[in-house]
Amino acid sequence: MTIKVRIPQPLQKLTDGKGLIEASASDVKSLIDELEGKFPGIKDRICDQTGKIRRFINIYVNEEDIRFLQGETTSLKDGYEVSIVPAIAGGK
Amino acid sequence: MSYIKGLKCRECGREYPKDPLFVCEYCFGSLEVNYDYDKIKERLTKEKIGSRPKNLWRYKELLPIEGEPATGLNSGFTPLVKANNLAEALGVQELYVKDDSVCHPTLSFKDRVVAVALSKAKEFGFKTVACASTGNLANSVAAQAAIARFESYVFIPADLELGKVLGTLIYAPNLVMVDGNYDDVNRLCAEIASKYNWAFVNINIRPYYAEGSKTHGFEIAEQLGWKTPDHIIVPCAGGSLITKIWKGFKEFHKLGLIASPETKIYAAQAEGCSPIVNAIKEKSDTIKPVKPKTIAKSLAIGNPADGYYAMETVRETGGWAESTTDDEIIEGIKLLAKTEGIFTETAGGVTVSVTKKLIEQGIIPKDESIVISITGNGLKTQEVIQHQIGTPIKIKPTLRSFEDEVGEI
Repeated sequence: MTIKVRIPQPLQKLTDGKGLIEASASDVKSLIDELEGKFPGIKDRICDQTGKIRRFINIYVNEEDIRFLQGETTSLKDGYEVSIVPAIAGGK
Repeated sequence: MSYIKGLKCRECGREYPKDPLFVCEYCFGSLEVNYDYDKIKERLTKEKIGSRPKNLWRYKELLPIEGEPATGLNSGFTPLVKANNLAEALGVQELYVKDDSVCHPTLSFKDRVVAVALSKAKEFGFKTVACASTGNLANSVAAQAAIARFESYVFIPADLELGKVLGTLIYAPNLVMVDGNYDDVNRLCAEIASKYNWAFVNINIRPYYAEGSKTHGFEIAEQLGWKTPDHIIVPCAGGSLITKIWKGFKEFHKLGLIASPETKIYAAQAEGCSPIVNAIKEKSDTIKPVKPKTIAKSLAIGNPADGYYAMETVRETGGWAESTTDDEIIEGIKLLAKTEGIFTETAGGVTVSVTKKLIEQGIIPKDESIVISITGNGLKTQEVIQHQIGTPIKIKPTLRSFEDEVGEI
């Protein structure tokens, strides 16, 4: 099972400059743990001290914001794409 | 002369150089320009501002450019209209309309932020500018890119009003219509911005771009005779304008140009897209994104980037928030037109109708000064009022036909 994960520019220093990572986790929460295993320090950047996804990070599974799905427990399947995007863009 | 120390994370305070950066590498908080206010205070006076041309660059020291502006020499300093007729209709004593529906060159407040963004992009040496937009920003980026001689890429959602599409295409940008809503366009653009070395005004130039919104607030304070109003009602999409108006008032105070601002600031959104208003009214700490469904497309951001700061601005100032239905938005547009002769777009309809509600609810008192922030022009969203404003009386070119159809005068 392969999931494609898009890494935003600010986190690419931790992923050796890679913008696209392959993973195999079964949900978003375990995906973050899997990324932490591969790229130590990344979880600290995506999650706050309480372990929750930081409020200025949006995570999309197949282009849908996980807050419209099941949040951190949103399940992942083979071929799914996950994007981690800073919430910072905007203005009309 | 530089008044900029660098960039600083609004969340964790980490400092960064003054580069085209927009997000804290550590916590993903947004970056904000960090000014040397002591130095600005030595140089910027009311007299100096007053002696300068009537455009947004009269507050140049408080804007994040270091050279000369590349565009915007006729943008800003829009009228602050004393709205006596609307005041009478709403039963209040002192009401003003800050009218950015006549901002130069593209008739919305976006001309302010784009003037700053493109001037900064020029300083950084970018050749191409880009944006994600629901229309007003698209118009302004395309027009001002032409003025400042940039190549431009403008990304819009597929369901945009025709007026906003044509009003962009006329300036000959690369206009890309994305099959999705604004939040989809925005997400796509964030990914494009990671890959291409372009100045995306509302992404990697955002810390600079957003500062342009302060001039809307600076002008209100200057035009009121160097004081701030008791109440101001501001439309919210991404939540940046409302935040920056308040920041502008606080900066003026810090420089000794005005007394400590006691303005209450109110957030206005459409019911079909009110994540900021919902959070304020529910006294929630989190902003839940929504799927927008409203005629107020220029406010249809379901996932507002500055939502938390907008909420904090409202709470800090003791203001409140209200949303309004599509029918009320149209009534708001009509009310402003028939009382003040100002034809605003749907966002303005939201602001006017929210103001009416807040006054009726007794939240805004009738005997204090009120400013309504009007950010865009109705000529761009004519579709929404097309069947709501009557039809012309058709006659033959004869006096008889006139008197038969229109009646005796």
